[in-house]
Amino acid sequence: MTSTDQQAFLSVRDLKVHFSTEDGIVKAVDGLTFDLEKGKTLGIVGESGSGKSVTNLTILGLHDRHRTAIDGEILLDGKELITARESELEKLRGNKMAMIFQDALASLSPYHTIGKQIGETYRKHTGASKQEARARAIEMLKRVGIPQPDMRVDDYPHQFSGGMRQRAMIAMALVCDPELLIADEPTTALDVTVQAQIMDLLKDLQQEFGTAIVFITHDLGVIADIADDVLVMYGGRCVERGTKQEVLRTPRHPYTLGLMNSMPTLDGPVDVPLSPIPGSPPSLLNPPSGCRFHPRCSFAEKVAGGLCSTEQPALEVVGGRGSACHLTPEQRQEFFADFAVSRHN
Amino acid sequence: MSNANPLLDVSGLTKHFPIKGGFPIRRTVGAVQAVDGLDFSVAEGESLGLVGESGCGKSTTGRLITRLLEPTGGKISYRGKDITHAGRKQLAPIRSEIQMIFQDPYASLNPRQTVGKIISGPMEINGIEPTGGREKRVRELLEIVGLNPEHYNRFPHEFSGGQRQRIGVARALALEPKLIVADEPVSALDVSIQAQVVNLLQQVQKDLGIAFVFIAHDLAIVRHFSQRVAVMYLGKIVEIADRDDLYGNPRHPYTRALLSAVPEATADDVPARERILLKGDVPSPINPPSGCRFRTRCWKATDKCASEAPPLVQVEGNKPGHLTACHYPETDGTVPAPRLSKDPQAAA
Amino acid sequence: MFRFLIRRVLGALVILLIISAVTFFLFYAIPRDPARMACGKVCPDDLLAQVRANLGIADPMPVQYWHWLEGIFVGRDYTGVGHCNAPCLGYSFANNQPVFETLKGDIPTTISLAIGAAFFFLIIGIGTGMVAAVKQGTFLDKAASSFSLIGSSMQIYFVGYIAMFLLVSQLHLLDQPSYTPFTDSPVAWASGLLLPWLVLSIIFTANYTRMTRSQLVEQLSEDYVRTARAKGLSRRSVFFRFAWRGAMGPIVTIFGIDMGTLIGGAIITESTFSIQGLGLRAVRAVTDSDLPMLLGLTMIAAAGIVFANIIVDAVYALIDPRIRLA
Repeated sequence: MTSTDQQAFLSVRDLKVHFSTEDGIVKAVDGLTFDLEKGKTLGIVGESGSGKSVTNLTILGLHDRHRTAIDGEILLDGKELITARESELEKLRGNKMAMIFQDALASLSPYHTIGKQIGETYRKHTGASKQEARARAIEMLKRVGIPQPDMRVDDYPHQFSGGMRQRAMIAMALVCDPELLIADEPTTALDVTVQAQIMDLLKDLQQEFGTAIVFITHDLGVIADIADDVLVMYGGRCVERGTKQEVLRTPRHPYTLGLMNSMPTLDGPVDVPLSPIPGSPPSLLNPPSGCRFHPRCSFAEKVAGGLCSTEQPALEVVGGRGSACHLTPEQRQEFFADFAVSRHN
Repeated sequence: MSNANPLLDVSGLTKHFPIKGGFPIRRTVGAVQAVDGLDFSVAEGESLGLVGESGCGKSTTGRLITRLLEPTGGKISYRGKDITHAGRKQLAPIRSEIQMIFQDPYASLNPRQTVGKIISGPMEINGIEPTGGREKRVRELLEIVGLNPEHYNRFPHEFSGGQRQRIGVARALALEPKLIVADEPVSALDVSIQAQVVNLLQQVQKDLGIAFVFIAHDLAIVRHFSQRVAVMYLGKIVEIADRDDLYGNPRHPYTRALLSAVPEATADDVPARERILLKGDVPSPINPPSGCRFRTRCWKATDKCASEAPPLVQVEGNKPGHLTACHYPETDGTVPAPRLSKDPQAAA
Repeated sequence: MFRFLIRRVLGALVILLIISAVTFFLFYAIPRDPARMACGKVCPDDLLAQVRANLGIADPMPVQYWHWLEGIFVGRDYTGVGHCNAPCLGYSFANNQPVFETLKGDIPTTISLAIGAAFFFLIIGIGTGMVAAVKQGTFLDKAASSFSLIGSSMQIYFVGYIAMFLLVSQLHLLDQPSYTPFTDSPVAWASGLLLPWLVLSIIFTANYTRMTRSQLVEQLSEDYVRTARAKGLSRRSVFFRFAWRGAMGPIVTIFGIDMGTLIGGAIITESTFSIQGLGLRAVRAVTDSDLPMLLGLTMIAAAGIVFANIIVDAVYALIDPRIRLA
């Protein structure tokens, strides 16, 4: 995240996404700002209902337009996407910006061959012939490490293994060499050894093509592996952002800290209970007042005047680093002090 | 550890699912060898972790132990009693002692029943009338799992995912079981909630002295929960040991690779462990590789691995109770395995 | 695919064999003497015994059934009555004609009714369903749903008579229902059957509107449809190439069931419109206690339904590679 005045490649400014449902208005994203440069990876961390997936569907313009109210700015390479016409977005999708999803089996059409699905994107954006598209599909399958690509190109998704399907999906997303790749929990459904393969592949491809990647996950370990910058979302808002080192070494928001403490590790102590975050993620239909994390926050009562339940803390960003919390830096230092010890003993 | 009188003892446990096919008359043409000759035991009050990747047979194992599935071969003894092919009647007294917790807290609770009804269900089926009545017992159970006893009359949809999993735990506890098989009990939950449920299970295990078979793919959670851990690959146990031995001194190359692949939430640029990238995919359990099943993805494999299946034994350098099925076990000082090519050509 | 078809056809033959056996034994267990019918009104006992022997009715039941089966493949002689060519489904003594000879003329009528009606209700039903799915939640969607609900609660013998009264007798918009073979005059064929077709469509369309709508709405929310949009494909091509493809399977399945309903419902349809097809034939066979005819009708209807289902399965396999390649 740069703080220069120069326009970043992807720039999201005060994004608000609200949908109307039968029960009321869901504030899925409520004021989100971030920048992303080419060749960099932004990790967005959040749990269900944090608004992380909605954000990214909105960037591609894939939200339900009838039910959704959007406010703010999304600039891709200087082009405003929120107000863009559908036909303009169709030219960008799959071409300049592409997306890979979590569940590759559900996200690939069961009725078309892998090769056809990859080639289709290529034909749509380059006007290539069927033969050229097929050749391109084989090339892409080879690049993402599918064995015997010239045979597998005619297979259907259900004939692929889980890891291969995710590779095929990546091949499909990258077929037009997009400059922005949005990966929505792409490894969550995979086994760890396959996850390691896929993340390696993404890193290699990024190095080769300088793609900007938005990587959405709930797994801080995956973030540590792949991200340059990190944005932590809770209840539709960004609660903390900074470089990976900053966020993982010295978290500033109690939620980030809580997430890290609640995860068991491969070398931490085992005979003590884990430190979970109490309660459940908030409903976006009727979010808590003030700081949305305050009902689950163990520090809320330490803030004078019950500010946490009445006033929404502002996200103050200096040099790309910031958090939205009422705790003073001194308080934070005092309360978070144990953190480094408990992580790295 | 191999106890003289284990609560649960499993030997040679095998489950093959037949595959129908052929022409023109369909018949059994092969089998998915989901579980193929498992030996392990669980002592009273002990927690055994079962880890492995999808398709390794860990969930099938759970269902065999609880006898939701009929084993193809081998033997399951509970408290010394052979229950491998026990019928409904013979199983009845044991059913209440072995309970199961499922992965999906949304699908495993009947949406049309109140929480009270769900939790008292097992008591009703088994005709158990606790002192003070079933309702009192259910309220106690709700209290134990950290739910409000006043929520007795609510329906599952009024609860969050984590709370539903607590209901599942309460149901499993209703009959005061001696053994709980928990199949991925937290993997469907949000990260911040997972720790809540893990803590609850751990507390239950310690306070009530219940033995657990804890099935999960998350190695860190299994480490946290289990005293002993078995690693499965393609229907076989490749390594089983006390927690500290397994995580501290993994001897099977697969265990090592699996551990190395877990991403860690540290910001250090150089990861603590060299990551071993396995090539290709897990082979099909319909036609598993000869000899050692891991050999197609193993960087140490030789001809011997193809011809001879390594027995699960205490290889040299292992502490007692640490068993490894490998011809060429890793040693602590082993140079971290070579970073393998990313090209998964081998496993077509 | 080929193996799949062969296996299904073999299975279908077994099913038909079972149906025929069950029907045969049921019917012939009824104490009614076919020989007496064949023999005529005045029939002395010795002549009756003679006829009975000629017809093979004196044989035990399994033997009779065997002869009946044999007749389907090689034909059969009814001594003193006549010859019945293969495929011989029996001899109707009430009609004095082999069963199949009689039915041969009725089959095209019933099939014409079913196919023509299907043509209308598929086009109207699927079309309306598509519009409703695209315009989800709008007035059009609600109107389509309401009309389909009203339509599906109608019955042929109700709508049929009202339509005949209004459109034929009063307004003279349509012809009195009648059957002209397609080969004689396609125009007369269509105009004669138009009224029954439309009436049947009113009743059947609703299913397809509902099915198409719900299937499309479901498919449009599938992940792979979202992926297709994320690739830059237009709404239109996603709709027809992805969502519609997925919606087709269940619609084809329902269609298979409805073909059975149409053949089974031919009794009511043909009675309502007084068209001579298999349905009306069945009514007469029942009143005449013409057991061989009923047996033949049962077999033809069963064969029609069973083979319609094979076609449905084959089409399903063509649509969905997961079934084809499983």
